[in-house]
Amino acid sequence: MIEVKNLDKSFADKQILHGINTVFEKGKVNMVIGQSGQGKSVLTKCIVGLHEPDEGGQILYGGKNFTEMNRKDRMLIRQEIGMLFQGSALFDSMTVEQNIMFPLTMFTKMSKKEKLDRVNFCLDRVNLEGRNGLFPAECSGGMQKRIAIARAIAMNPKYLFCDEPNSGLDPKTAIVIDNLIREITYEYDITTVVITHDMNSVIEVGDNIMFIHDGRNWWSGDRKSIITTDNQEIIDFVYASDFMKEIRSSMQEKRK
Amino acid sequence: MRIQNDPLVIVKNTVNLVAVIKALRNIGKYMMMLWIVFSRPEKWGVFRERLFHEIHFIGINSIPIVALMSMFMGGVIALQTAANMTSPWLPEYTIGYITRSSTILEFSPTMISLILAGKVGSNVASEIGTMKTTEQIDALEVMGVNSLTFLVLPKILGAVLFFPILIIFSMGLSLMGGWLSLVLSELASTETYVVGIRSFFIPGNIVYALSKTVVFAFLIVSISSFYGYYTKGGALDVGKSATKAVVTASIAILIANFLLTQMFLL
Repeated sequence: MIEVKNLDKSFADKQILHGINTVFEKGKVNMVIGQSGQGKSVLTKCIVGLHEPDEGGQILYGGKNFTEMNRKDRMLIRQEIGMLFQGSALFDSMTVEQNIMFPLTMFTKMSKKEKLDRVNFCLDRVNLEGRNGLFPAECSGGMQKRIAIARAIAMNPKYLFCDEPNSGLDPKTAIVIDNLIREITYEYDITTVVITHDMNSVIEVGDNIMFIHDGRNWWSGDRKSIITTDNQEIIDFVYASDFMKEIRSSMQEKRK
Repeated sequence: MRIQNDPLVIVKNTVNLVAVIKALRNIGKYMMMLWIVFSRPEKWGVFRERLFHEIHFIGINSIPIVALMSMFMGGVIALQTAANMTSPWLPEYTIGYITRSSTILEFSPTMISLILAGKVGSNVASEIGTMKTTEQIDALEVMGVNSLTFLVLPKILGAVLFFPILIIFSMGLSLMGGWLSLVLSELASTETYVVGIRSFFIPGNIVYALSKTVVFAFLIVSISSFYGYYTKGGALDVGKSATKAVVTASIAILIANFLLTQMFLL
């Protein structure tokens, strides 16, 4: 479980996040949604320690205060984190196998065979068995995302962060990635945080949903309540297109 | 004459002050980066592998350009010296003597380092800059890897260890280039050239040259890594960082060369 308490974040004079309070539950897919530029990625980067929150904010991993830890202790917590970046962030100079093996080489004392077995298991888990020798540049966008997921789960993380896992993917591949994230979360009972503005993903896999607007935790709920809420900002976000607006009005008429 | 509260003067002074503050801030940031770079690596086996990779990437891959530059520059130094020796009072072996002295004292350590600042500096800055803009460095950090130690320390050590070897190689080839140019143009004999090379030889000059090289190697790689690591934006900014890295490293080499020459020779 990850707790975020009174999190503010400013860059120079501009405040991006305003007093964020939330809990990301274990064994659930916790979604952070909102329009572009509202502070979703900044929030994630604060949680994993890539950005320092402003004074007073707290981030607790399993009750341990991450914000007050020194660099060494933070590194230990980070070894329990898997992260899928928006652009996959695979190391281009390494093959698929070397990419997935990298955290194992850095932080475990596994033998070469054990590491290879783990790599093959992770590749199998994301349906990419036998692609060990490819370089990231030789893989499609969807494959790169799946390789990044395989790398993220290689160390059996307790926490999985996914920053817009579906960006740049076709709807079918996006569903594959969503399902994979959900399966991994339930299978390994980990705390998953997904940053997205893809409503398909939200409806498909979101257990807990947090809507960020103007750098604030505007609304929290589950996937059912997001469809029925009267919160105007969420309505504007979810039913942004004319087509979706029509669907909403027909739903309302049916209810009447 | 402009009066003191002339708006143009005020603007100019403010701009200068901002530039100075920016430069000081960058120096502070650079020092803090070095503090983290020289932390203990997570795994020595991985570090050793990366060190050998960097020695190959930074050092061995630079051999062709160093060889080519050294041969031609040695040849030019010898030819220029021979062509300008009009006084009959100057012994012929002076050509070898001047070629050797110029090569060991300045040409090999300084000129070759400036060339390496271009080749290696842009390479290092663009490699790290690309990793930064594509979130690969963030990925390392999130995994719990100290990205500065992991990426930069092997590069600095690789350069510091291998650049002196490159410079010794350059010295040899430069002297060979001088000899070839003299023999082919029949401006001096092999014997007098060799006598010149051996005349008034001070072994301490080699130590001085190699010490300078170590400092230059450190400056080239650390400054380039700094600009690469703090790149913000996209591909265009990676290019800008590489250019800044080469320019700053070259200026740093020239300043360090001046200071080290003062320290060693005076």
